Amino acid sequence: MDDKNLEELKDMEAEMVTVEESAEEIAAAEASAEGEVVTDVFAQAREDAAASLASAPGPKSKKRHKDLAHGNAIAGLLFVAPFIIGFLLFLLYPLGLSFAMTFCKVDAIPGSGLRLTWNNFDNYNKIFRVEPEFTQYLWDEVKRMALFVPGILVFSFFMAILLNQEFKGRAMVRAIYFLPVILSAGIFVGLESNNALLASVKDAAKNESSLSSITTTLENILLTGETGNKFFQYVIDIVGQVYDIAMASGIQIIIFLSGLQTIPPSMFEAAKIEGCTSWESFWKITFPLIGSMILVNVVYTLVDFFTRTDSQLMTLFDQTLLQRFEYGKVAAMSWVYFMIIAVILGIVMLIFSRRVYYYD
Amino acid sequence: MTKAERENFWERNRKSGGYLLRKRVRGFLFRFARAVLLFGLCFLILQPLLNKLAITLRSDADLYDPTIITIPRHFSVESYKFAWKIMSASTAMISSMKLAIAVSLCQVLSSTLIGYGFARYKFPFKRLLFGFVVLTIIVPPATLVTPLYLYVQRIDFFGIIKAIRGEALNLHGSWVPYILMCLTGTAYKSGLYIYLLRQHFRNEPKELEEAAYVDGCGRLRTFFQILLPGAVPIMVSVGLFAFVWQWTDKTYSMVFFPNTSWTLLSHSLYNIAGSIEGYYRGLYGDAAKAPQAFTNQITAAGVMIALVPLLIIYVIAQKNFVESISQSGIKA
Repeated sequence: MDDKNLEELKDMEAEMVTVEESAEEIAAAEASAEGEVVTDVFAQAREDAAASLASAPGPKSKKRHKDLAHGNAIAGLLFVAPFIIGFLLFLLYPLGLSFAMTFCKVDAIPGSGLRLTWNNFDNYNKIFRVEPEFTQYLWDEVKRMALFVPGILVFSFFMAILLNQEFKGRAMVRAIYFLPVILSAGIFVGLESNNALLASVKDAAKNESSLSSITTTLENILLTGETGNKFFQYVIDIVGQVYDIAMASGIQIIIFLSGLQTIPPSMFEAAKIEGCTSWESFWKITFPLIGSMILVNVVYTLVDFFTRTDSQLMTLFDQTLLQRFEYGKVAAMSWVYFMIIAVILGIVMLIFSRRVYYYD
Repeated sequence: MTKAERENFWERNRKSGGYLLRKRVRGFLFRFARAVLLFGLCFLILQPLLNKLAITLRSDADLYDPTIITIPRHFSVESYKFAWKIMSASTAMISSMKLAIAVSLCQVLSSTLIGYGFARYKFPFKRLLFGFVVLTIIVPPATLVTPLYLYVQRIDFFGIIKAIRGEALNLHGSWVPYILMCLTGTAYKSGLYIYLLRQHFRNEPKELEEAAYVDGCGRLRTFFQILLPGAVPIMVSVGLFAFVWQWTDKTYSMVFFPNTSWTLLSHSLYNIAGSIEGYYRGLYGDAAKAPQAFTNQITAAGVMIALVPLLIIYVIAQKNFVESISQSGIKA
């Protein structure tokens, strides 16, 4: 109750701020309109639209258009301002320090922090030429990414569509699918692997399934055939990892679900009345409208995959940091890693964002 | 189905040339396949947890009985009582709850505003700024933790604080910088939330806002009254993620709350094995070691204790994101 009141208060304050702002804008607009009576900014917008309809952009209306664009730019900057401030205050320095550390020999001085001494790209030299595991782990990680990320995406999309349908016990099933979100987050991951008993149970389950399971038999049958070996290998790999995939796709399912929730049901009704089958309405309505969420999920899955805490690479980072205290080397390794992620992400976003349909 | 209805059905089926029956059968098969699939996957997820639950419910005698595989012979909740005590859960739960609620509210607020700004307005350096948002998503936490730790120890915003107070602020153990980071959308995973909401707002029809503007609605009011109701499902899921990740986070909150002045549930759960060792040493002298099976049991109980609030919150939240569409009939 208190929170609600507080938020209402905040809203009121915010509105007061806008009132002040728009008052200023009106004043500015009046000044620019040279005595012309302009009641509010939106009257101006309307006039603007009328002017552009008449396709006679005189010098005056151009000026007004500029004013509106200017106002929008300011409003946009105000909306984004928290991020700019936060980035400058909290992230710029740590990021810069971390980047500087990659070029330096870093010594920890008890009580006063770190001392950095320039060492001529020695860190980079070391991680690529001396450290035996780094490049290999990096390559492994990229290969695993190519296997896992598409699997996770398809699986979570499929599950979200299933969970969005009406059936008995839906709330409970959804709650169960939320468990992976919790269990794959933060401390629980570490606890699982620390816990010897559970680890052994999990290993036993894995052994059992890989020794005498249907998948192995199927694998043997399918892989002796000549055609489509690679594809079958892929499918079988995915099926073998289904537990990991299910555990990694909790967030994606929720993102897809909440995306599906924002599609108005009336669209499907209209399509149905027009004689659309559900297969068609899936491809023509659901798929395009969920496109923006697919992009989010691609990005999230990639990032989550690369930054998960139980990968070999992260273990290597932790070891170097906590056991060998080589801050500079860890910084260099994580920046290289991070650049590789950025490049992959850039390529993927470029491919996907062209195809994403936006409402506007 | 009554007899009359059944007859009616066959009658109708005959009239439709078998279509009705085929449709029924197809529907049934689909529902059956779906049920099997969902059940199987639920089992896959639940099985390790159920195992854990079974372990926690054993009494001491059952713990060392090899004939017991899952279901205990003598039920006991002693492990929960012990875990609750050793994690000092009653205080830790409250402080974790406070922090997680504050963090998720701040995260939702900031990421909604920022996401909307990025989705709808044109301003200078927009692409660069958005690049920074994406950057905050992809920086591995390992890169940032050490510098951030040092930074929080001696905060002087570009020398401003130094100029005023004569020395830099040490904000270790204070919640101020953490909440500030959440409010400014630069905290743990904030970038993801911003991105999520930006994608959502980009997908909203522009005509909605234009109509509001033409009717004389201000920018903020348009945002709060027209666009916000439609964004509720996404906001709820963002709040949920923020809550869960804060609740289970160790790395980031360790940077801000390194000492024990603020006991968080995640920290005490992380240190639970150590606490048990300490407890045993206190009881039986320095050489004493807690038995492995017992430690595992208590850890599992601790995990259960930490899980339950999250599940409750999820059940409440998910109702919310199912209903929100019917409440806000503004779209389309």
